[in-house]
Amino acid sequence: MSMDNVVRLIEKDQYRQLPEFRPGDTVRVHVKVVEGGKERIQIFEGIVIKIRGSGLSKTFTVRKIASGGIGVERIFPYHSPVVEKLEVIRRARTRRAKLYYLRDVKGKIRLKEKRE
Amino acid sequence: MKMIIGRKMGMTQLFEGNKVVPATVIKAGPCYVVQKKTPQVDGYCAVQLGFEEIKKTNKPLAGHFKKANLKALRVLREMRLENEEELSKYEVGQTIKVDIFQPGELVDVVGWTKGRGFAGGVKRWGFSGGPKTHGSKFHRELGSLGQHTEPAKIFKGKKMPGHYGNERVTIHNLEVVKLDVENNLIVVKGSVPGARGGLVLIRSPKKTRK
Repeated sequence: MSMDNVVRLIEKDQYRQLPEFRPGDTVRVHVKVVEGGKERIQIFEGIVIKIRGSGLSKTFTVRKIASGGIGVERIFPYHSPVVEKLEVIRRARTRRAKLYYLRDVKGKIRLKEKRE
Repeated sequence: MKMIIGRKMGMTQLFEGNKVVPATVIKAGPCYVVQKKTPQVDGYCAVQLGFEEIKKTNKPLAGHFKKANLKALRVLREMRLENEEELSKYEVGQTIKVDIFQPGELVDVVGWTKGRGFAGGVKRWGFSGGPKTHGSKFHRELGSLGQHTEPAKIFKGKKMPGHYGNERVTIHNLEVVKLDVENNLIVVKGSVPGARGGLVLIRSPKKTRK
């Protein structure tokens, strides 16, 4: 067994299965937040602009436009227990894997809907 | 004293609650007790451990393994023991597996760092070097080596270029995060010296954590 597979073997029981999503998709991430000893769920909704890594260190970046037109990006570890749930709101067709250009788009972001 | 010989398999990160911890996966053991060193014969107490079966070896070593009734092993390392009482817990031919350690236990890990060959002051000692541009002709050089007519010599131990890496380094008090006895794997928190595939020794801690 290759050394990488040995490492994967250790990671295996922490893997999680989130619904399938790709860069460009709009997702709603339910995030566990601990505040003053209390746990509650916060929702972060936006466009996935990047998925990177493999195994347990895989992460994805969600970008949303917050109030006042300020862009907010959050990086989530894909297998993190902090991500309570993930819903895919809208699927989009993109021509690249990393949608960094969306950071420079002024006004409304329009991505082509994906036809299934 | 407990010790096991292994090979570094690589690093990863694991979730501990909601937090991510860095972890090194080591494939350790099974190790075999090849020889017992006694004060009467050798003048000290120790156990010789062997690791990694190989198909053939030279004749002197083959005889050594035959005495213990074991197959030929690639790596032989000694584990020093305090007294004869500890020594009596081990028997020649005995197998040692990762389950001698428990998750949460602290261990020392010995490894051999990556060899960097003949390295300059910037890499070896972290010198800052000079400016890269703006007409500078002073890039990765050492700078001053000392004073003038007084003391008229370079002090011993002056940091200079030379061989760097490939030295034995011990990392103290790493926490065992996880064990996989079936696959002979042990996971420790943090990093371990050496390249992937490099030899490491995992043993009981020498110092207590402050």
